[in-house]
Amino acid sequence: MDDLYRDYILEHYRRPHNFGVLDHPTVSHEGANPLCGDRITLQVRVHDGVIDGVGFTGRGCAISQASASLLTDEVKGKSIDDAAHMGSADVLELLGIEISPARLKCALLSLETLQLALEDVPKGVPQDVPQ
Amino acid sequence: MTTGAVAFDDATSGPDHRIRQGRLDPEAVRKDFPILATTNSRGKPLVYLDSASTSQKPDVVIDAVNEFNRGYNANVHRGIYEIGERATAAYEAARATVAKFINAPDPHEIVFTRNATEAINLVSYAWGRKNIRRGDAILLTEMEHHANLVPWQLLVQEKDGDLEFIPITDDGVLRLDVFEVLLKLKPKLVAFTHVSNTLGTINPVAEMTKMAHAAGALVLVDGAQAVPHVPVDVQAIGADFYVFSGHKMLGPTGSGALWARRELLEAMPPFMAGGEMIREVHLRRSEWNEIPWKFEAGTPDIAAQIGLGAAAEYLMQLGMDRVREHEIDLLGYALPRLITQHPDVDLYGPMNGAIRSGVIPFNIPGVHPHDVAQVMDSLGIAVRAGHHCTMPLHERLDLPATARASFNVYTTHADIDALLGGITEIKRVFGDPA
Repeated sequence: MDDLYRDYILEHYRRPHNFGVLDHPTVSHEGANPLCGDRITLQVRVHDGVIDGVGFTGRGCAISQASASLLTDEVKGKSIDDAAHMGSADVLELLGIEISPARLKCALLSLETLQLALEDVPKGVPQDVPQ
Repeated sequence: MTTGAVAFDDATSGPDHRIRQGRLDPEAVRKDFPILATTNSRGKPLVYLDSASTSQKPDVVIDAVNEFNRGYNANVHRGIYEIGERATAAYEAARATVAKFINAPDPHEIVFTRNATEAINLVSYAWGRKNIRRGDAILLTEMEHHANLVPWQLLVQEKDGDLEFIPITDDGVLRLDVFEVLLKLKPKLVAFTHVSNTLGTINPVAEMTKMAHAAGALVLVDGAQAVPHVPVDVQAIGADFYVFSGHKMLGPTGSGALWARRELLEAMPPFMAGGEMIREVHLRRSEWNEIPWKFEAGTPDIAAQIGLGAAAEYLMQLGMDRVREHEIDLLGYALPRLITQHPDVDLYGPMNGAIRSGVIPFNIPGVHPHDVAQVMDSLGIAVRAGHHCTMPLHERLDLPATARASFNVYTTHADIDALLGGITEIKRVFGDPA
């Protein structure tokens, strides 16, 4: 427990960064772990191929909320390509705690949702803030 | 008859020392469960409060399984040789013990299944496909385990029938007044749980069966959470089908049973087809075996069902009335302490011990049930977190998930003290630092 619920994890859980609804998102995607009752809606705003805004809402356990908070911080300012190439290992590194197999789904929900959201970003057209 | 299945044949394994002044002594009972003497990787002793998921197994069950595998493993109903006959005798003796355990009038009315889920699927295929037609209604409740919901969804989708649901009150009790009204739809079948796996509610199954029969419906009772906790008498209940798993009543995983009235079983076509369930096979047609073997295609989990017989024997020796009294004692200890020591914790289910089994779902405000279970785990306490295979019930109560502590014969006041202490620790970890 002491290994899992470090102060910074609990801090991200209590006051998650980027929690909220985005103005003019380019894409929005919902993810869920029905087994746990975790839900997340993740929004991304893209400008010139770069993520210039990201926000999430939803509810879940400390691990899923902290991971969404840390991940959204991390991808802000990244190109879509760089963000899309982030993998499970990157998220686990951001969390910096040992995640048991039973909790992996909690830790990776935000990443899976982000990846699906990024797939929806229209390609070949200028990605700009809609009017 | 030497069955090799169950034998309390020496004084040390006899049940008497487990009963003190007419009551079950959980400390003595615990000694029968080797897993309860183990510790986790941090050296904490196991506090097992997830018996509603699966119960732990006493030595008599473990031994019955081992004795079969080590001493007389052979297929049933086939071998002419000695161990084959011994295996068959033990398997059928287990069936007779299970029949006695639920007071079934005839062991041939007990069909062995892998679990309650398989038993319900058996009924939905074999009885349902033959008897449910377009527009027919099946009546369930809002508190059903997915096992007593999804098979009926598949059936009515195939047959173009309808599902209706008996609602619950906010504290998790079935609305019998609404049930009475829903019966005017003339459902073909009413299927409900005896004891809720999530809320612990003990439903008035005999009364509900009488109401359903008066409206011309057959009745299936899901007894998975009842057989470990309350005395079950299928004749007194009067239902048509009664199903349960072995692994929640101290038996092995892979064991379970369907009880149904003989005439229903005889009229039902087979569920699965293959060996064992046939009398005669020709290239283009076959004749079915007698009940119950008509429904037991293929080699069954012989060891598991023999273990189930041992579990039923063990519970009968403890006495199911005493088992139930023990659980009422545990609830009487736990609920007031939860309310007074942790007034901020949300509790669900009926607060009346007379209609509640040893299941306590709860939420600590601001802490997700997964985190509750994780911190508890670090303290050596096993509780369940999630929706407990009752997503519609959680939707009805507007809860994404709950944590759940559940009891069995080996649960003690010390286990409940550990739970209360665990909640304190969770609140400390998650409390906002001042």
